[in-house]
Amino acid sequence: MSLVRAEKLVKTYRSGEVEVQAVRGVDFAIEARSFVAFVGPSGSGKTTLLNMIGCLDHPTSGKLTVVDTDVASLDRRAAANFRGRHMGFIFQDFNLIPVLSAYENIEYPLIMVQNWPEQKRRAQITRLLEAVGMAAQAGKRPDQLSGGQKQRVAVARALATNAKLVLADEPTANLDHDSAYQVLGLMKKMRDELGTTFLFSTHDPKIMAEAEVLFTLEDGRMRAPAVAPAPVAAHA
Amino acid sequence: MLNVLKIAFRNLVRYGRRTLLTSSLITLGVVAVLLFVGVSGSFKALMIGQFTDGMLGNLEVHRKGYVASIDNSPLNLNMQPALVKKVEQVLDKVPEIDIYSERLKFGAMFSNFTETTSIRVNGVDPAREAATVPLMPTRLIAGSKAPPLLKPGEILIPSLLAQGLKVKVGDTVVLVATNLQGSMNGKTFVVRGVLEGASGPSGRDGYIDINDARSLLRITQPEVNEIAIRLKNPAQLARVDAQLKRAFAGTVNQQGKPMLEVHTWAELSPFSSVVNMIDLLTIFIKIMLVSIVLISVLNVMIMAVYERIREIGTISAIGTPPGRIMAIFLSEGLLLGVGGALLGTAVSVAVIWALNAHKIVFNFARTQGLVLAPSVGVADVATIAGLVVVMALLASLQPAWKASRMDPVRALGHV
Repeated sequence: MSLVRAEKLVKTYRSGEVEVQAVRGVDFAIEARSFVAFVGPSGSGKTTLLNMIGCLDHPTSGKLTVVDTDVASLDRRAAANFRGRHMGFIFQDFNLIPVLSAYENIEYPLIMVQNWPEQKRRAQITRLLEAVGMAAQAGKRPDQLSGGQKQRVAVARALATNAKLVLADEPTANLDHDSAYQVLGLMKKMRDELGTTFLFSTHDPKIMAEAEVLFTLEDGRMRAPAVAPAPVAAHA
Repeated sequence: MLNVLKIAFRNLVRYGRRTLLTSSLITLGVVAVLLFVGVSGSFKALMIGQFTDGMLGNLEVHRKGYVASIDNSPLNLNMQPALVKKVEQVLDKVPEIDIYSERLKFGAMFSNFTETTSIRVNGVDPAREAATVPLMPTRLIAGSKAPPLLKPGEILIPSLLAQGLKVKVGDTVVLVATNLQGSMNGKTFVVRGVLEGASGPSGRDGYIDINDARSLLRITQPEVNEIAIRLKNPAQLARVDAQLKRAFAGTVNQQGKPMLEVHTWAELSPFSSVVNMIDLLTIFIKIMLVSIVLISVLNVMIMAVYERIREIGTISAIGTPPGRIMAIFLSEGLLLGVGGALLGTAVSVAVIWALNAHKIVFNFARTQGLVLAPSVGVADVATIAGLVVVMALLASLQPAWKASRMDPVRALGHV
């Protein structure tokens, strides 16, 4: 059974009198433990697709199943609950909570979304901080961290609740070359260690080469069946 | 909940200047209200004390219709001995009553042998009167303040008459009065003391022994026309008033109409309108405080939500339930309110302490040397602080609700 399955998925936005079809009947399936990239130029529908998979947005039509759940039927509260239980998010702008330290940012979903006891929380956060190489910066607030460090914390936060699926919208767009590869390497390492499925979007050809499965979008349509990307040796 | 409060507190610290400004505004509002309540309450208590403990007592009992014609001091509305006995029996059974004083009031002519004017005479039992209105001796501006208040053959006269007729302590004066049957009688008295002026009809009140009054009016029975009551605790006034009214409702004449009436000091004194005005002003000041808290907290919370739209999108995306997002913003409003209320209370208590330490002396009407002793009760502080906190929460409600209902996709895309 696929972790994510979409059938004839459509998303239409209405902007005043104009209807914009952001996603036009796409079909795909993503298996568990995959490292998948949605690629395509700006406006191709990558973010819309990730938003629908992440239960942040509802499809206009078609069927979307995530972790055996028809997510189109979830209301606001149920969707929040579903995201909290099964998903982690990594954002282009890191989106860490500025008033919380790195440790507390990772702790946030464990307290505010799930309700983990303190001892279990501490063990999980310590493990994740070490895994992402941020143990020494645990007490620092986001404004005291570099972009790469912030995104490492964001990766740890996304994995804190043992999410089955992590969605990352352009996770490397605001990082320099080295930091971008480090973050992608970290994501892949976490996938290997924890078995988490990673879905990310990018329009950077070098970054897409890191994916194991590629879905290419163009004008809201899936251009071709999923393929394994050609190896790129430029980032060594 | 503790974590929600922790995040809310840090968010307030993050926007330190704005938080400081808003809490200062709330603090100032709380200080203004508590100081007004403290000072006006002190002034009110002081003035009420002057009236109740210096003249009226807390409550008065009369024959029905007496108060309506009190300026004439009608003798035809005297309480006869049997009725007085009935009243005494009721009063003796009320544990909240400390003591009561029976008075025989009447109008008379006052003469210094060369000039004559009118006076309203109170025939009293000196010991009971002094116990019922213990501040009476403090109203003496001439003569001995030492007990007894009066001896038979002595009179306390109001300053109005002493000045007008140039009468001083030790002088002999004559009172001439007409009794109920229309016959006139005169009696000489020695001036024992001069009472300070008072506003209203009491400004012409003189005091003699009740037996002298009966002798002057040729009344052989122990009749009275006023019973002044002192309560052990003035705060129980309303309850005792209602209790006495109920108790006397059954005392009816042959026509089945009530024979007695009970009035509180407020119904008998013109100062009660000043008290009402102070109470009204307090309400207006409280409304101003509510407005300050509502507007300032609403403003700061609307800004907080507007500036943190992306952050709201983030916490919503990672699965924070809408109720918890609402709780974060409500907590920020709550902390603003609690902080302002605590700081305001602390500043108010300090200012009130300083005012008491400096002993502010003031004059009111002809009463001089009153010492202002502002104080705020726990109930007042709790009411004001509670009001501020509730208002802060109410003001945060709309922005918090808006934050909790925010569409995460739009919020994450907000620039």
